[in-house]
Amino acid sequence: MSYGKFTTPAKNARGLGSAKSGTEHHIRQRVSAIALIFLVPWFMFSIINAMGAGMEGAQAWAGQPLNAILLILTAGAAIFHMRLGMQVVIEDYIEKTGTRSALLILNSFACIALFVTVALSVLKLWIGAGA
Amino acid sequence: MSGTPRADTRPLSPHLQIWRPHLTMAASITHRITGVALYFGTFLITAWIVALATGAECYSTIEGLVTAWYGQIIMYLWAVAVLYHFANGIRHLLWDGPNIGFDPKTASAVSLFNYVFAFVGAAAIMAATIWL
Repeated sequence: MSYGKFTTPAKNARGLGSAKSGTEHHIRQRVSAIALIFLVPWFMFSIINAMGAGMEGAQAWAGQPLNAILLILTAGAAIFHMRLGMQVVIEDYIEKTGTRSALLILNSFACIALFVTVALSVLKLWIGAGA
Repeated sequence: MSGTPRADTRPLSPHLQIWRPHLTMAASITHRITGVALYFGTFLITAWIVALATGAECYSTIEGLVTAWYGQIIMYLWAVAVLYHFANGIRHLLWDGPNIGFDPKTASAVSLFNYVFAFVGAAAIMAATIWL
């Protein structure tokens, strides 16, 4: 490491501390967790019943307004939560900057695509049920 | 950034293999593993919802996979992961919010409870889907 006449070793340390966004991430993870405490039991109970009800039974279940709303809320909270979680896992284990950035971007894209896919499928089932 | 080469040789914090294994450590590791598993499990659930919205031919393919023996094993493991991550997640919220459950005895007992809850609860769910 070479230094100019007016530079000190402090320049190596600057900008290497916290990104100052940890608290926000922590709170988002917790708030989505609180939402999931209510949504996940409903989802587990419903999805198991729906899977056992045959295609038409499952379609009728997903097409009811309350179920459609709760399905999209569950998908929203769960996918938001898992995007935050996977972000931390990537940051913890992938040291190489390029690979890490690529995976972080992929994580964001995959989660957003997943949510849009669920939301449109539920919307189609809802409209298909004639609600 | 961790990509920056280290200029000195100060000791690092102890790595995983330094610690004697204990319950809360296992619980923490399992929380992360189930979290990652649920990440991919959500893609499978989404495939089911997409098939439901697509039509009979697509749905019967997915239904065949779900009801096959390997599909049932995946469903069981998925239920284990959901129940474990759910129970242990509530423990995390109790740690962070009201600061409950930090003393080692309680923390170990809750860890054990979460494992039992996940495996027994998932077995009960699978039994209910078969017999009801």
